[in-house]
Amino acid sequence: MSDDVKKFMFVNTKAPYGTVYALESLEVVLISAAFDQDVSLAFCDDGVFQITKNQNTEGSGMKNFSPAYKALGDYDINKLYVEKESLEERGLTLDNLMDLTYEDEDDDWAEKPSIKLVTRAELADLMDQQDVVISS
Amino acid sequence: MGTITVDGKEIEVDEEGYLVNLSDWFPAVAEEMAKIDEVELGEDHWDIINFLREYYEEYQIAPAVRVLTKAVAKKLGKEKGNSKYLYELFPYGPGKQACKFAGLPKPTGCV
Repeated sequence: MSDDVKKFMFVNTKAPYGTVYALESLEVVLISAAFDQDVSLAFCDDGVFQITKNQNTEGSGMKNFSPAYKALGDYDINKLYVEKESLEERGLTLDNLMDLTYEDEDDDWAEKPSIKLVTRAELADLMDQQDVVISS
Repeated sequence: MGTITVDGKEIEVDEEGYLVNLSDWFPAVAEEMAKIDEVELGEDHWDIINFLREYYEEYQIAPAVRVLTKAVAKKLGKEKGNSKYLYELFPYGPGKQACKFAGLPKPTGCV
């Protein structure tokens, strides 16, 4: 089993609406969860907007799919790396992001945050440790 | 693409029988879909269908069957949150068939 597990990182760099990249990436992530792989997500550049709070798509006529990120914990995807510099460059802080959590099976189902703030240099190191990096 | 007729209304479904427009759903739609699949809907079926509709309302996705099982166990108890029980209710797969009856799209992450 352990020999078959690969480390996958999905790197999200684009704003959630206007193109279909963010939604398509999220769907691939949810499908990948069915294969028991080690999956993590990274959000950098405009990708950080994908997980901001209180998204409202009424004016654009597009479906607001942001609630689906809250289901990631149910899919055992609980490593969401957010690049610190990207947030700061856009005037955002962790408080602007959705409260994304998971329940830790090994710790009596305690609810824990999935979002981890990392610097650009740390994110580069994390990417270096992956078997597969898919960016969109 | 085809249609099913419920209470005199023509409702569009795709080639696998899922609703084309999620907003077309009302309880009789589930009854009609179940009749087509030769399933008689009882209270236990409705528990799951209602659960799925609430899940979709909250997360905007139809859960994969593994996620559904876990979530049902948490909300309705272990004796219902297991795949044997759910497959007995929905022989074509609790993810696929129950989501169809509930008017949701085919589950994301269902392979």
